[in-house]
Amino acid sequence: MQPFTTLTGIVAIFMRDDVNTDQISPGVGSHSLEPNYADQLFRNWRIKSDGTEDPEFALNRSGFRDAKILICGDNFGCGSSRETAVWAMIDYGIRCIVARSFADIYRENCLKNGLLPIVLPAGDMHRLEHIAQEIDVESEFTVDLTIKNIACPDGTSISFDIDDAERNALIEGLDDIGLTEKYDSEISSWERKVKDKYPWLQELIETN
Amino acid sequence: MAKSLFDKIWETHVVTQRSDGRDILYMDRHVSHDLHAPRAFGRLGKAGRKVRRPDLTFAALDHSISSRRKVDGGPIDTMFTIGSREGAKKFGVRVFDLEDPEHGISHVVGPELGLILPGSTYACPDSHACTVGGLGAFAYGCGTSELEHVFATQALAIKKPKSLRINLYGTMAFGITAKDVVLKIIATCGVNIGRGYAIEYAGPIAEALSIEGRLTLCNMAIEMGARSGFVAPDEKTIKWLEGRAWAPTGDKWDAAVIHWRTLKSDEGAKFDKEVSVDCGGLEPQISWGIDPSQIIGISDIVPDPIDKDEKQKVAMERALQYMGLKPGMSLKGLPINQVFIGSCTNSRLPDLEAAAGILKGRKVAKGIKALVVPGSAATKRQAEAKGLDKIFIEAGFFWGEAGCSMCAGGIGDSVDAGDRSVSTTNRNFENRQGPAVRTHLVSPAMAAAAAVTGEITDVRELIAKGE
Repeated sequence: MQPFTTLTGIVAIFMRDDVNTDQISPGVGSHSLEPNYADQLFRNWRIKSDGTEDPEFALNRSGFRDAKILICGDNFGCGSSRETAVWAMIDYGIRCIVARSFADIYRENCLKNGLLPIVLPAGDMHRLEHIAQEIDVESEFTVDLTIKNIACPDGTSISFDIDDAERNALIEGLDDIGLTEKYDSEISSWERKVKDKYPWLQELIETN
Repeated sequence: MAKSLFDKIWETHVVTQRSDGRDILYMDRHVSHDLHAPRAFGRLGKAGRKVRRPDLTFAALDHSISSRRKVDGGPIDTMFTIGSREGAKKFGVRVFDLEDPEHGISHVVGPELGLILPGSTYACPDSHACTVGGLGAFAYGCGTSELEHVFATQALAIKKPKSLRINLYGTMAFGITAKDVVLKIIATCGVNIGRGYAIEYAGPIAEALSIEGRLTLCNMAIEMGARSGFVAPDEKTIKWLEGRAWAPTGDKWDAAVIHWRTLKSDEGAKFDKEVSVDCGGLEPQISWGIDPSQIIGISDIVPDPIDKDEKQKVAMERALQYMGLKPGMSLKGLPINQVFIGSCTNSRLPDLEAAAGILKGRKVAKGIKALVVPGSAATKRQAEAKGLDKIFIEAGFFWGEAGCSMCAGGIGDSVDAGDRSVSTTNRNFENRQGPAVRTHLVSPAMAAAAAVTGEITDVRELIAKGE
């Protein structure tokens, strides 16, 4: 996983609530195995049915095309568990999403891919949204995960909270599977124990 | 100390706590599917890892396939089915392949084959993994990275969710199904209530539902944000599982049954949150908007955003515009274009029977496209043995091959752009079934009624007429 320490870039604002992954990365069956995920990002909202861009969409607005940070509403990433909805963000260049809240699976998928999901309390969220709206488009924000802080171009500092272990995993770019593999002998002994106690869980045979 | 069912399953399955504070939770069963498996198998191979327990792991092919694959003459396989099959072969995993008698939607075949058992844990790279909680299992929907994690370790590293009990009380009225109940729950509780929680559905309605009904009920836990939802197993569950292909037999079965009878929340068990939903006097439910909490009873009118708070107002106005509706109008009588009966929500035998019951002796209205897709090859065979296929076909439905089909506008199975669809699926999201498609979520009987009349219809009126 690509480590995440600091990120400096433009902030795009997209405050809609309950944005589902069908919108973030549309089209379950139409993707190839390794499509251009960036092209898919918010496709049905970025591109109108006549094939032209919707100039009003957050990432199409002048100056926001190269945004690296997205600020969003409540329950961002609800719905389908498709991880393409995270890969599309990363391939587009967005490595940090600041939301009022995230859907559980989406947040987990972010953590597994080095995309920093930040949740801010309402007051801080409002402040960040306000600054991002008022500031010059080209002005950049810096998200520093090492000190859990967002430095705004007007000098404002907004601190954020994240679980220490999750923060560490992002900074180190840790291999999550590797972390669990360290407990291989514990998993084996669990399997032996359960095979004795609940054999139907460990022995699976097609009999009927 | 009094324990909840969730506590009991969790405690049995925690291997240990990782140094980062996450619990390693063992996954007794794991069914992958075609959209995620090729990439996860690929990454697994690249990292030099193996599937730890191929004997507990299965590969379903359900998302990327067309229900018309036997009639259209086009390519049957997709890159996703090919990638899944190749990966499964390499790692020794059983594939429920397209011609396999056990083929079907992962969440349908898991229970049907007796792979999923009460008190077991189940991982699947799909948000509707929660479906199988209907058998009293803890099911956890995940993404591709977590799929790879389960392949490699047969476990997930997660923090224990909080517990939410939803008590369902009242008496089910005539013509009301599990789908109406779950739509009512989401309408009442909203799309956020389950975030960070595992849901136990309890109370007289949960107890009264058939196992298939409980699978439908649990299927939509994710629409409230919960990765897992379940109903405590009972004698009905045990009877339903007995004799299924992969269910335990002999002494193992007897021992399992003794254990399963202990799997309920103890009197006085604590829940982090508890809510009640009155399902008495419920009428058929239908979605009017673009999230699964935007639901009304069939006699109700489309709600008016005017007196709602700002946040709700914005969401409702968007939904009204997308769906082409106005506040105060009735959905009854609204012309439709497409009917779809199927998906992990409503593609089991009783679902098909309920729809066929309405369609018998009737015809699909002129100009309506109607598709029915059983959830599995086995369900399809059972339905055909009962002659349901003939009822559907004679009515004017296309009788498709098992798979996820039109739920998410899969290959070959999208709704035509801009059409109004009445669907037994779980998500009425914008563009999900096709570009600009307007989806109304309903029960199978309600979908059949709409097919017959060509407009949104209260199925109870057809039942009354048929009698």
